[in-house]
Amino acid sequence: MRSNLQRGGGWLTVHAVLLYAFLYLPIAVLILYSFNSEGVGGFPPHDLTLSWYRTLGGDDAIWSSVLNSLLVALASVSLALGFGMPAALALDRATFPGKTLFRRLVLLPLILPGIITGLSLLMLFATAGMKLSLMTIMLGHGTALISVATTEIFAGLQTFDRRQEEASLDLGANYWQTFWRITLPNLRLPMIGAALLIFTLSMDEIAVSFFLIGRDNTLPLEIWSRLRRGITPEINAISTIIFVFSLIMILLWYRLRLRMESKEIARELISAV
Amino acid sequence: MYSRGYKAAVAIPPLAWVMAFLLIPYALLLCYSFWMVNEGQIVRHWNLANYRELVHQPLYVAVLFRSMRIAAMVTALTLILGYPLAYYLSIIGHPRKDLLYQLVIIPLWVSYLVRAYAWKTILGTAGVLNTLLQYLHVTSQPMGFLLYSPFAVVVTLTHIYTPFAFLPIYASLEHIPRNLIEASHDLGASRFKTFWRVVFPLSLPGVFAGGTFAFVLSLGDFLAPLLVGGPSGIMISNIVQNQFGVADNRPLGAAISLCMLVLIVGILSATERLEKRWGRV
Repeated sequence: MRSNLQRGGGWLTVHAVLLYAFLYLPIAVLILYSFNSEGVGGFPPHDLTLSWYRTLGGDDAIWSSVLNSLLVALASVSLALGFGMPAALALDRATFPGKTLFRRLVLLPLILPGIITGLSLLMLFATAGMKLSLMTIMLGHGTALISVATTEIFAGLQTFDRRQEEASLDLGANYWQTFWRITLPNLRLPMIGAALLIFTLSMDEIAVSFFLIGRDNTLPLEIWSRLRRGITPEINAISTIIFVFSLIMILLWYRLRLRMESKEIARELISAV
Repeated sequence: MYSRGYKAAVAIPPLAWVMAFLLIPYALLLCYSFWMVNEGQIVRHWNLANYRELVHQPLYVAVLFRSMRIAAMVTALTLILGYPLAYYLSIIGHPRKDLLYQLVIIPLWVSYLVRAYAWKTILGTAGVLNTLLQYLHVTSQPMGFLLYSPFAVVVTLTHIYTPFAFLPIYASLEHIPRNLIEASHDLGASRFKTFWRVVFPLSLPGVFAGGTFAFVLSLGDFLAPLLVGGPSGIMISNIVQNQFGVADNRPLGAAISLCMLVLIVGILSATERLEKRWGRV
């Protein structure tokens, strides 16, 4: 049967190779031209240099925007997990009028173009007389990304054995203790996964931030404002650094997950014996 | 087993958040769309003028149709690109399939903005592609249509949303019980017939989910058109964004974005229904 299925894989292999080329071409160009002395574009690239990275090193505006983005990302992770966790628990365990509407609304920003989330929040802040700042961007990212936390944690809850909580409650622990000692540790993996995802999405977010920006730029908005003035390989350089940083984060996440999974497997084996 | 207090404690904070930051803002968007602007000031005078202008001004309708055309093309391309790869990795199986799967996701970790910008540097008249073709003497002059055109928008958005289309298709293919495929072969069906009668129908929920993602997100995109679209690549969100910027007519912008919201929610519920119908086979 296997041979039968694998016949005709030739075309699919060609397709796969071309698709990967398509997906990686811009990234390769991006990295390559961060070393090009003569600006972006122009083939072949020549006089490879690190001077754009040196320029970048002394570029205070970029680094302060990186700092702003890190602050926003950390706040978004806290907001999204802080509200996404109870939202997932509520969707899993509580019944209340309007639950279906609630589920739809929580998840809507996940699929909605950022411009709609951004604009509707802009209307809110304008009506409430709130000044636009990093704070409004944090609230915007939190709102957009609670959906990510909720879906990840809700998925985690589906494989979670409620009898553990039941046992804890029967043995006299209250809900609060049960939450901290049983529920939360069991949801560690989906929470770390959600946190990493939210952090990266927030670092990269531009559509919502675009409408909620005050005086301080986040990194994507700083890049955006420079793209309008003309393009320099400095942007390639900062993007390359962030790409490498993201790759390291992904690798760390996999190693973490592998270790945790093997630990859990080991625990299961022990209990089986 | 959970007490009323527990349920209230987990339900109330997120409910309050949803109310404050989703429900009320959408309601405000609705209110704004019935207001008007006079000398830069919002006048809370309820009327239908914004919607009337939307229908009567041919520009808006034309741009909306162009946006839907671009989104439909992007959706078709992402599915055509994503499906065979998902099939290759999941059904045919590849010894390094986990690695190859990750390789589809990794580009998502490169900033959306940066990837759109990379396409700009590739497609421009002095860009990588044109200078490469001239270097190789394939063309003698730069091809201008590559950048600042709907073509550039479609290429960029296809690049960005292909992983989004791939992921749910792959997930739905992974869920197909392998013995169904074996049974189909054992009963004498050809590879094509097995695909068409067994694999494809069972993968439809993934196709709908991936297609919806690609369509809705590219329909509402405004940054890629700004970067690579040029005047002929303007999309509906650019008009909205313009109303909140240069044109300074927030009520009209609110009316257009509300139409988008209604359109998108309509598409979402339609595909959800399709998914339900095709999901249970």
